[in-house]
Amino acid sequence: MKPRTILLAGAAALTAASMALAMTREGRADDAGTVTPDGSVRRLTEAQYRRVVADVFGQDIRVVGRFEPDKRVDGLVAVGSSMVSVTASGFDQYEGIARGIAEQVVDKDHRATLVGCEPAAGDTEGQACVSRFFAKVGPRLYRRAMAPAEIARFTAATLEAGRTLGDFHAGLATGLTAMLSSPEFLFRFERPAANGKLGGYARASRISFLLWNAPPDATLMEAAAAGTLDTPQGLATQVDRLMASPRFEDGMRAFFNDFLLLDDLDTLAKDSVLFPQFNANVAGLLKEQTLRTVVDLLVTNKGDYRDLFTTRRIAMHRALGPIYTVPVAGRDWTMHEFPEGDPRTGLLTHAGMLALHSHPGRTSPTLRGKAIQEALLCRKIPAPPANVSFAVVQDVNNPTLKTTRARLKAHLDDEECATCHRVTDPIGLALEQFDGVGQHRVTERGEPIDASGEFGGAAFTDAVALGKLFHDNADVSSCVVRTAWRYATGREPRAGDEPPIARLQAAFPKVGYRMTDLMRAIALSITLDPVPRAPASRQQVAIRTGVPPS
Amino acid sequence: MTNPMLSRRGFMLRGLVGGTAATVGIPILDMFLNGNGTAYAATVGGGALPVRFGTWFWGCGMIPNRWEPKTVGANYDLPPQLEPIKAVQKHVSVLSGFDVNLDGKGNLPHLSGNTAVRTGAAADSWEAIQAPSFDVLIADAVGNGSFFRALNLSADGNPRTSYSYRNGSSMNAASPSPTDFYRQLFGLDFHDPNSAEFKPDPRYIARRSVLSVVAEQRKALVASAGAADRARLDEYFTSVRELESKLALQLQKPPPAEACVRPAEPAALPAGTDLTDTPTRLGQHKLMSGLLAMALACNQTRIFNMAFSAAASDLRQTGETTGYHQSTHEELVDRSLGYQPTVDKFTTQSMVAWADFVEALASVREGDGTLLDNCLVFAHSEVSYARNHDLAGIPVMIAGRAGGKVKNGVHVRGAGEPISRIGLTMQQVMGMPVESWGKDVMRTTKPVSEILV
Repeated sequence: MKPRTILLAGAAALTAASMALAMTREGRADDAGTVTPDGSVRRLTEAQYRRVVADVFGQDIRVVGRFEPDKRVDGLVAVGSSMVSVTASGFDQYEGIARGIAEQVVDKDHRATLVGCEPAAGDTEGQACVSRFFAKVGPRLYRRAMAPAEIARFTAATLEAGRTLGDFHAGLATGLTAMLSSPEFLFRFERPAANGKLGGYARASRISFLLWNAPPDATLMEAAAAGTLDTPQGLATQVDRLMASPRFEDGMRAFFNDFLLLDDLDTLAKDSVLFPQFNANVAGLLKEQTLRTVVDLLVTNKGDYRDLFTTRRIAMHRALGPIYTVPVAGRDWTMHEFPEGDPRTGLLTHAGMLALHSHPGRTSPTLRGKAIQEALLCRKIPAPPANVSFAVVQDVNNPTLKTTRARLKAHLDDEECATCHRVTDPIGLALEQFDGVGQHRVTERGEPIDASGEFGGAAFTDAVALGKLFHDNADVSSCVVRTAWRYATGREPRAGDEPPIARLQAAFPKVGYRMTDLMRAIALSITLDPVPRAPASRQQVAIRTGVPPS
Repeated sequence: MTNPMLSRRGFMLRGLVGGTAATVGIPILDMFLNGNGTAYAATVGGGALPVRFGTWFWGCGMIPNRWEPKTVGANYDLPPQLEPIKAVQKHVSVLSGFDVNLDGKGNLPHLSGNTAVRTGAAADSWEAIQAPSFDVLIADAVGNGSFFRALNLSADGNPRTSYSYRNGSSMNAASPSPTDFYRQLFGLDFHDPNSAEFKPDPRYIARRSVLSVVAEQRKALVASAGAADRARLDEYFTSVRELESKLALQLQKPPPAEACVRPAEPAALPAGTDLTDTPTRLGQHKLMSGLLAMALACNQTRIFNMAFSAAASDLRQTGETTGYHQSTHEELVDRSLGYQPTVDKFTTQSMVAWADFVEALASVREGDGTLLDNCLVFAHSEVSYARNHDLAGIPVMIAGRAGGKVKNGVHVRGAGEPISRIGLTMQQVMGMPVESWGKDVMRTTKPVSEILV
């Protein structure tokens, strides 16, 4: 043990030295940081990357290229973002995307507005111009203040590139490419202050990425620099400002997109012969429909999260008319209200949700039930046992077992299967009156479809009744709190995180389950509550010390 | 396997890469740092032509009694599912009956078997994958001298369809289309090795030199990161260094490659093309195989991974409610035939794709033989009999002579031996000083000598 301790102590000493260095360099103590808990380095998602570029350089700069795929961990890409790095081929792609952006920034159409200066008489190489450019865009790309020495390094490298290329603007593009390929641009570093709480710029990024899915704006950066975010009052002022902005919708859309796995609709394919109504365009509109419905209820109308499961109000688009068999006038999105007694009520009956958790050629009560249990109820459904035959169950030509329900019921005769299927299937069977792309139906091969079942100890007759049970189920509302917290922090809760999560869950009913109040409370909690340390695993110690685990 | 360096210092790589079970000699470090990998290339094949290593993957296995040859050795019989490889049989060895032993761990369908084949240790979740897949180990050893350390391709249009990874959080994403692959390989950065003219482009000098500003940020960032975050940052900085060496290579005139011809740019698929449709997939795969063969002939890489379909294959027949993967679990065994007929059809189609791939490499002339002669290709699936996710006898085929080191056209029956023996063999044929590979019950020191010359 002894050598290991010495090594760790050595690392700590090194850290203290670099901390002091960082403090002087950055001028602010709070962002300097000791060794941060794991999960404090999060890779920007593709959407966040695009947002930063658009905020700093404008909407007309095209971001072209293939990003490293995101990784979904326990239902959330946000959690996966603190576990992924950049592979060699991924870095190749990032550098290529960065070059594409940088070349546009310095091209003839943009340089006047985005660069705004050129080499001049007393500054033939353009040093002052380059330095000014990086001092302007650098802190916005890095989402923190930059020390003069950092600007100077990029400036020197850029001027050298300009000399090599014999072209000032080509050199500038090359230097900007390096900045856009830098770890501090591609990753979010959450540095705690010495008191264990998050530093100012880390707070600014946390609340802006949570509430806007975007980098901090100038006002927020100024607040971070001034230390305003270190006080609960100053932080609350900024949180309220961000939530009052139209951009709060973007933040909520990003959360629900991750929470409900809606990005999977982008690549969802259905059999074109069996479901000619479905295509890539429809899939994209189904995703948009759910997001617009969520925003209308929870942001625009500051609604109750539970009403998402019972509302008959839904965003509607003309191209979705055939799926929902409703006439839609006009070419724009409108809010549509299904009549009382209509089988469509609430999120569970959105065609996008129903299509997403079906097979390409037919429904799957098990896939639907599993997805709903995991995402909306925060329950983990184990993988099926490897050695199991589904043949009897899924024989669609079985003369006696005509409906999916009848076939699945036969499956329950096997006790090993039954333990999980009793959890997943009742919810899925309640949605059987909607086919593989979410179209309403009342029969399957001539037999009427029975959508009744039991959830949380209460019997229901169909999807509408199930939606009401979801509305009143405490697990449904506490699950969204936990998921939003994990989304906001980008990691799984540790022991010390449970009390704040429990407080958030207890407070949710008191604010009428209003999603806006929840997001506000989370924004404050994740910036003000101390960051608990994760105990280092044996393997992590091994990496740090170079001593392999035995 | 004896290696003088091994006896000098029995250094374990284990601690460096977090739990991998590979035991290698100390030169692995030099190997990582070696800028051109020539030391290893020289031990492979012995000639001027480089030996390339690659993997080829198809999902959902096979039906054992319709796929496994009855006879062993040369001129093995071709059961119905192997019938499509008839034209290329002389290039292909079949390795049947090599098992994954889970050693009491759970079998996560379509993942456990695959991780065991690729890493020598079964993992029952992505997060549990600790060791690199062996293609990554080989790429670390011999991939340095070429423009791309490795190339990954998926014919299903999904960049996530890749079984090449350093661990469960670090997957090497695949190029998902012929157009994407073409731009990556034969776009602006491509130098025709046979062109008489070579002028170093100052843009590569500039791009490389600014990257040093990125690389020098490492020290400050790593110092304050927790252990796991530090490992992730180190991976990022290794990637930066890799691009630096790649840009350095751009400043040298590439050695001529007689078989290299820059291919024509493929047309993009019409929007909404359904790649799960089997004939469409076969076409896409064939096109990508041809481009990959040319990338190899042009010395752009020595390591590749091609996935025809994902584990739990997504192949379908348009108009049918049930596709390949669902059919493996749901289709009744036809009493008169004695097997699942739909599953049989999809497996056979996957073997058509494999034959296409072998043909693509064999049709490029190189030196006195073909490109395939200078390749070692390891083809496999994630299960044997997919109906119950059987991990006994996961099907493997080997194509290419690895520059004369490997025998083709034989059938080897594993009789329940660990499948890690094949992974070990591949590493040794590629010149790596590895004496054992695999973890716990999957650990082995025995290569499959039947395929060695």
